[in-house]
Amino acid sequence: MSDIETYKKELLAQGAKKIFTKTKNLTDTPFSYCGGCGHGVVHRLIMEVVEELNITHDTIGIAPVGCTAIAYEFMNIDMQQAAHGRAPALATGIKRTMPDKYVFTYQGDGDLAAIGTGETIHACNRGENIAIFFVNNGIYGMTGGQMAPTTLPGMVSSTSPYGRNMDTHGYPLSLTELVAKLPGTYYVTRQSVHTPANVRKCKKAIQTAFENQKLNKGLSFVEIVSNCNSGWKMTPVESNKWMEENMFRSYPLGDIKLPQ
Amino acid sequence: MGEDIQLMKGNEAIAEAAIRFGVDAYFGYPITPQSEIIEYLAYEDPYNKRTGMVVIQAESEIAAINMVYGAAACGKKAMTSSSSPGISLKQEAISYMVGAELPGLIVNVVRGGPGLGTIQPSQADYFQSVKGGGHGDYNMIVLAPSTVQEQYDHVGLGFELAFKYRNPVMILSDGAIGQMMEKVTLTPQLPRENKILDWATTGKTPDRERNYITSLYLDPEVQENHNIKLQAKFQRMKDTEVRYEEIMTDDAEYIIVAYGISARISQTVITMARKNGIKLGLLRPITLFPFPSKRLFELSDSLKGILCVEMSAGQMIEDVELAVRCKIPVYHYGRMGGGVTSSTEVFEKFVSLFLK
Repeated sequence: MSDIETYKKELLAQGAKKIFTKTKNLTDTPFSYCGGCGHGVVHRLIMEVVEELNITHDTIGIAPVGCTAIAYEFMNIDMQQAAHGRAPALATGIKRTMPDKYVFTYQGDGDLAAIGTGETIHACNRGENIAIFFVNNGIYGMTGGQMAPTTLPGMVSSTSPYGRNMDTHGYPLSLTELVAKLPGTYYVTRQSVHTPANVRKCKKAIQTAFENQKLNKGLSFVEIVSNCNSGWKMTPVESNKWMEENMFRSYPLGDIKLPQ
Repeated sequence: MGEDIQLMKGNEAIAEAAIRFGVDAYFGYPITPQSEIIEYLAYEDPYNKRTGMVVIQAESEIAAINMVYGAAACGKKAMTSSSSPGISLKQEAISYMVGAELPGLIVNVVRGGPGLGTIQPSQADYFQSVKGGGHGDYNMIVLAPSTVQEQYDHVGLGFELAFKYRNPVMILSDGAIGQMMEKVTLTPQLPRENKILDWATTGKTPDRERNYITSLYLDPEVQENHNIKLQAKFQRMKDTEVRYEEIMTDDAEYIIVAYGISARISQTVITMARKNGIKLGLLRPITLFPFPSKRLFELSDSLKGILCVEMSAGQMIEDVELAVRCKIPVYHYGRMGGGVTSSTEVFEKFVSLFLK
């Protein structure tokens, strides 16, 4: 028995009350994500929802390329690892051949809004009955903080060292508002996980996205605006403040498209 | 009951075979000269009218092959088809499929290149098909049909081999075989299997650990061991899956080595030669990977020379030269960019190279 298990037993023996248990849908592998990053929370929320809806045995997830390329190390469910940007195509292949399964992609902004723009828009436009969880931190985290399609105007990154200049770098791209306009999407929302209240709202949105799959009415798209304290070169607390003051202005939180 | 024989285009034979062999899904994107495959499937509408086979026109060749990846990772029989420029686009995902050990079928109805090239037939994608094509050290079994019947049969064989080795298989056809019409003996409808495979991502049930499909192993030692395992698999293919056809090689002094449409043309050349008292035979590789190298080496002891006929600048000839280890002269004849060789041209070339 590990030290932690022994300690837990001791505490319980002393009369401690158990108020929280990690979902069985997360493995015991410690997250490889930077301290302060939102990925760990989003992973936990998705896996909790899958457990609470009792659909673990019917759920297939897709990991992208980026920080969460090894999401299957942490998510204790059947998963596939996709080529960069192609997760919605994989999801299409899975869902069409196994329409009774719950299928989700987990993608960052480089994966979903740059190299995978085509796959994203067309999966949305076909109205695939899948959920897309899109974690937007405005930067390429994995490769060391390069400019992403979602990088804000003036924001410094390793490939926009003088700040994002719209004349040469183009404008921040919000695929979320764009896909909301497509008839194939059923539910489009933007959430965050930087406060306990936001975590609860985000969990509700994730749950809705899974529940919608039963209805066969189209794609559920949940953007989660997150910090990248390492890529942004800030402390976790600073990065959350910066996110509230800057990211949310360009990427306002809330529901964008609700079922009619 | 009599045999079920139909007159079909090579491309249609592939599409009908997909339905009859119980394939679960086809994902495609239009490109000449193979668009009849997706058109035939769209018209037949197997999802609603025949077997429940899924047919999707994807937004790109890239999306189509990645849909194959997703379905294959669930243990489904999934396939795609395209022609040369589209196959180039699929190479990334093919490499991922090999890395992730996924079965699947890719049909390449080859047209002339490079670039946008031409819509006329060609065999210039040999290197791309048999030497890997995408990134990393890998191979896949490459089947080379030379008749419309074989186009049909290779769909069944392709899936059998793909699942046997958990590796993608390619049918390397060409614009001539894809477009020409011949009679095909159709096989009875096989059911779609809906098997739950122990490695597939079909949902983690309480009785097993999670399955995950990946080609990512960041630890170099683990990645190296993964590569060693893949290489052992490719070696098993070389040991057991070599297929070829020989015509009049028993007494031959010379042979032509040709596959696909070039082998059909070369068959006429053999007849012409024999009429002229020349002992010419034909070796037609049916698998281009694995290549019938051993047989060619055996044959070379009793041969005076080999002519490789390919509709390319000479790609397969490198494998033939390696196989016979420079024991006898090996020459190439072929045309490029969509030009189709005539049997008279090949015969004249053979005579001028070897008999003058």
